[in-house]
Amino acid sequence: MRHIISILLENEAGALSRVAGLFSARAYNIESLTVAPTEDPTMSRMTLVTNGSDATIEQIQKQLNKLVDVIKLTDLNEVRHIERELMLVKTKAAGDFREEVKRLVEIFRGRIIDVTDATYTIELTGSGKKLDALLEALDEKAIIEVVRTGITGIARGENALHL
Amino acid sequence: MGEKLRGAEILLKALADEGVEYVFGYPGGAVLHIYDAIFKQDTVKHILVRHEQGATHAADGYARATGKPGVVLVTSGPGATNCVTGIATAHMDSIPMVVLTGQVPSHLIGNDAFQEVDNVGITRPCVKHNFMVEDVKDLAMTIKKAFHVATTGRPGPVVVDIPKDITADVAEYSYPDSVEMRSYKPVTKGHPGQIRRAVELLMSARKPMIYSGGGVVIDNAAEQLIEFTRLLGYPITQTLMGLGAYPASDPQNLQMLGMHGTYEANMGMHQCDVLIAIGVRFDDRVTGNLEQFCPNAKIIHIDIDPASISKNVAVDIPIVGSVSNVLSEMNKLIRASQFDPMDMEKDAWWEQINQWRAIDCMQYDRSTDVIKPQYVIEELSRLTNGDAYITSDVGQHQMWAAQYYQFNKPRRWINSGGLGTMGFGVPAAMGVQLAYPDETVCCISGEASLVMCIQELSTCLQYGLPIKIISLNNRYMGMVRQWQEFFYDRRYSHSYMDALPDFVALAESFGHVGMRVEKTADVSAALKEALAMKDRLVLMDIVTDQTENVYPMIAAGKGHNEMELSPVSGGPGTDRELS
Repeated sequence: MRHIISILLENEAGALSRVAGLFSARAYNIESLTVAPTEDPTMSRMTLVTNGSDATIEQIQKQLNKLVDVIKLTDLNEVRHIERELMLVKTKAAGDFREEVKRLVEIFRGRIIDVTDATYTIELTGSGKKLDALLEALDEKAIIEVVRTGITGIARGENALHL
Repeated sequence: MGEKLRGAEILLKALADEGVEYVFGYPGGAVLHIYDAIFKQDTVKHILVRHEQGATHAADGYARATGKPGVVLVTSGPGATNCVTGIATAHMDSIPMVVLTGQVPSHLIGNDAFQEVDNVGITRPCVKHNFMVEDVKDLAMTIKKAFHVATTGRPGPVVVDIPKDITADVAEYSYPDSVEMRSYKPVTKGHPGQIRRAVELLMSARKPMIYSGGGVVIDNAAEQLIEFTRLLGYPITQTLMGLGAYPASDPQNLQMLGMHGTYEANMGMHQCDVLIAIGVRFDDRVTGNLEQFCPNAKIIHIDIDPASISKNVAVDIPIVGSVSNVLSEMNKLIRASQFDPMDMEKDAWWEQINQWRAIDCMQYDRSTDVIKPQYVIEELSRLTNGDAYITSDVGQHQMWAAQYYQFNKPRRWINSGGLGTMGFGVPAAMGVQLAYPDETVCCISGEASLVMCIQELSTCLQYGLPIKIISLNNRYMGMVRQWQEFFYDRRYSHSYMDALPDFVALAESFGHVGMRVEKTADVSAALKEALAMKDRLVLMDIVTDQTENVYPMIAAGKGHNEMELSPVSGGPGTDRELS
């Protein structure tokens, strides 16, 4: 099953490679991984999407916790949560096609953030599935470039991962 | 205000303040400032090894024998890479160690400089943690953190990579008394509710087993384990790493379990109804086939490392905490409950165990003129009253040492259990002998393992380390040969040792005493003679039976009840013809 693991870790050189190294050394999957410093610049927040059986996910959490740079973590699947991903898509946008892309972007509540005579660059935020849906809706031949950040997430309500 | 010192001096002061007696090391370009600082002080003693791998194993042996962290100092590049095997060895067996590696100057890092290697990157998967010092002001605190992380929780090796310029830079020195790390807070106290549940389950068992391991040794919890086992009157078995924590001579002890464990220990595991696992990690060499592991048992597991719990075997009552703390709490509860210990004379479970015991699975042919390796170990055990420090290399001799030496005290049995590092024995024995100059320290080895770190015989001469090397020379990589005999139709592919040196002459050329023993009748006298040479290193080249195999044996992937016994103990054996 797919799990979203949120991690607070020391913002130290090498902390990211400790996490990445753990996953490759123990043959765990990483679907996506995002990381950036928090409001406290000494800490980073990482969101890691992985999959595996309950036992594997339990081991992943324990092994992550064992890393000296990891301060705290939580499995967002265990709480009500929101997940978001940002995608930038560069598409061909010439002739009739130009209107169609624009309409699609509106339907998906995305934004066109860069325009040339022949291209649009679209920004879309949402769940991974929503992003997938836009890509499916766009003509495959029209897509020039796709950039996705990977999932980031946060718990709903009072629940929070902080010190 | 602290005094202003260069980084190299800060490092030495910090080691002294940390109470470090010995640093095992080898100099080189990146650590020359540090070696200069070593020259100018005499608090921390430096032991010059002959290869950096030897430094790590020596520090490791010192740590295993004393419980104090071992310290290594090496240069950048090859100095650091030569340490990787030793670091991984310590990591697998949870040994506290601090490895200080030189690094090229900060401004050259990433430039493929001379003797540059990304040592933090290379060692990352086989350390508990590692650091690169980026500012001389952080040096003392980093050393403090390194020792803190290495020695607390589940211990392990910590690498500190120090660029050369840092050791020349100047800063004020003061060594912190304590260290607080928000991201590292190991749990030591077990959960009282879990402990109570575990004790209730234990006291209700009809066929209980106690399975204890290296965690008991590491946590100095032998006393608590002995009390616990006696209060309950239950049978106990130990892992390879746990030997000595419970006296081998005690009747409740079923000795070692696992691939080469005793019949009674493995059968007991297979049929028990409650298993308490104490400071163990359910290694594959212990569990055999996980599908068939303790099929009828409720399992309690005490470990300081939460990640060890339910990693390989799902347990019913997990208890995260230090073994000494949890066992002390359990002992209180058992005493308070006035529990009657299981009666070894009358109880049906003990009766069953004694039937298994009666098979006497450790028999071997005692009538031969050619030396049986088991006999050498038995004699050594007898002559040293099971009280010597024994290091070993890896292979058949290691298993025979574990099976036939009667370890009655913890920290006497020093071997590379997890990583299985050939070459470990001699340098580890150096570390032990330095820690305990007046004790008998023996390295049980084989002719294949022995030559993997043979250069350290020079170190032994330089520092007057009178270790006794008992090399069981069967002219084969015995364990490889055994597997080839059992599982590869006796195709002995590259497991023979051709072109062996004259070990007696070799020992003598290094300035030591060499002895060759070729007949069973001479073994005892030769061992006595060697042990009596209190101030000389003796290398005993003992020519043993080439065909001998380690029994009992559970083949990889089989269950505890599928042991193969030796032909002498009633097993089928194989008809063997070597070369």
